[in-house]
Amino acid sequence: MSSEAVIQIKGLYKSFGANEVLKNFNLDLLRGESLVVLGKSGSGKSVLIKCIIGLIKPDRGDITVLGQDLLSLDHEELDQIRQKVGFLFQSNALYDSMTVRDNLEFPLRRHTINLSQPEVDDMVMDALNNVGLGHTVDMMPAELSGGMRKRIALARTLILRPEIILYDEPTTGLDPITSLEIITLMNVIQEKYQTSSIIITHDMKCVKIASDRVAMLIDGTCYALGTYDELNASTDGKVRAFFD
Amino acid sequence: MTIKIPDATREFLNDAGELSRFAGRFFYEGLRPRYEVREFVRQCYVVGYKSLPLVGLTAFIMGLVLTMQLQPTMVYYGVESQIPAMVGISIVREIGPILTALIFAGKIGSSIGAELGSMKVTEQIDAMEVSGTNPFKYLVVTRAFATMLMLPVLVVIADAISLYGSFLGVNIYEKTSLLLFFRKVFENLEYIDVVPAVIKTFFFGFAVGIIWCYKGYYSSKGTEGVGRSANSAVVVSSVVIFILDLIAVQITDILT
Repeated sequence: MSSEAVIQIKGLYKSFGANEVLKNFNLDLLRGESLVVLGKSGSGKSVLIKCIIGLIKPDRGDITVLGQDLLSLDHEELDQIRQKVGFLFQSNALYDSMTVRDNLEFPLRRHTINLSQPEVDDMVMDALNNVGLGHTVDMMPAELSGGMRKRIALARTLILRPEIILYDEPTTGLDPITSLEIITLMNVIQEKYQTSSIIITHDMKCVKIASDRVAMLIDGTCYALGTYDELNASTDGKVRAFFD
Repeated sequence: MTIKIPDATREFLNDAGELSRFAGRFFYEGLRPRYEVREFVRQCYVVGYKSLPLVGLTAFIMGLVLTMQLQPTMVYYGVESQIPAMVGISIVREIGPILTALIFAGKIGSSIGAELGSMKVTEQIDAMEVSGTNPFKYLVVTRAFATMLMLPVLVVIADAISLYGSFLGVNIYEKTSLLLFFRKVFENLEYIDVVPAVIKTFFFGFAVGIIWCYKGYYSSKGTEGVGRSANSAVVVSSVVIFILDLIAVQITDILT
């Protein structure tokens, strides 16, 4: 892990009507780091991660991703940044009408046009083998279990070899064993491809295993920041509520 | 003095405004590259070819039943030889376009609405955007163009099938040749019967596509939201088809 920040968030503010979700939120993600954002349901974790990928526009504040000011980018520049930032959706977001192969080919075809079919096939199989699901290449998403769908979604995220991966509740809806498998897979990917990650979760097992640092999102701000052990030792009531 | 607008009226006006903006965006995005040709062709296949059996069957029954219903009255007045002309004009000018458009709205519109609605709810539309794709272009423009193009084609086919149904209906009572039947039909049809009837179906197709895409694209979270959107889309698209038809009839009357 280096000291270079690949994502910098400063003074982020986002509200929906009278509901202020993020209020002066500040955070840095360092290169090679796995940073968990921990918070209650409805605390604005998903809004934060969607602001980082440009799906939601914040009201105020700055977001710098890989040295570029995200909020000043046009659509084309934003697409170029998105090639380097993978996003694993909470609901997996696999395209129901496409096979696993087509799901994986979709971002590849969209972002990189000068690839031959054999090259595309190799990249698809490589991504699927990384998550141990090479045999599902011609299956439809509906034929897969929840854990398999999560792995396929992860393979789709990986296929463009992103520098940063954003995970939105990666273990939600999975049984404890499958959750552990997914967390382990995330760690393997982190090590293999030297990616930097932001993991949004409220699953404490995921926090413990996957985090280098933990940021606690409480009342719209980064309330506490530190390693798992540091926060676990905290005596602050709002922090302790997650660990007890 | 302030006038309080009822909630339902305000909601209707809001919806109408948003839908107009959505339609405007359709033209803006649709005319600018990148063109999603592959998806457009796929949608033409799904929208056109796959709805052909239902449209064809309905059209056939419609032609047959219309003829059987007309027969006794026409015989009573001694003008049964005019059945092909009467059925032909009714089908080509009005019944064919309207009925096909309504069936089309029910079958294709609902599948578009449900597909986009579930894609929205399961974050597939967001995933598309993250994958460097403009989801509006990929999902809305392709589908609305496909419905706009395919409905007129379906109407022409439905008209032909319906007239064939009518021919069989006539033959239940007395033997008539196919050639004679269609000669009677075309002798009484003029360009002013055919051309406006086909032109208005482009508008019907556009209305069906854009309304269902709008309802699906902006359906609220959850399966209940998708269901509610589908319900209101059926009502809105059907009413809009009749309103457009009314306008088309007025314009045709003025032109003739």
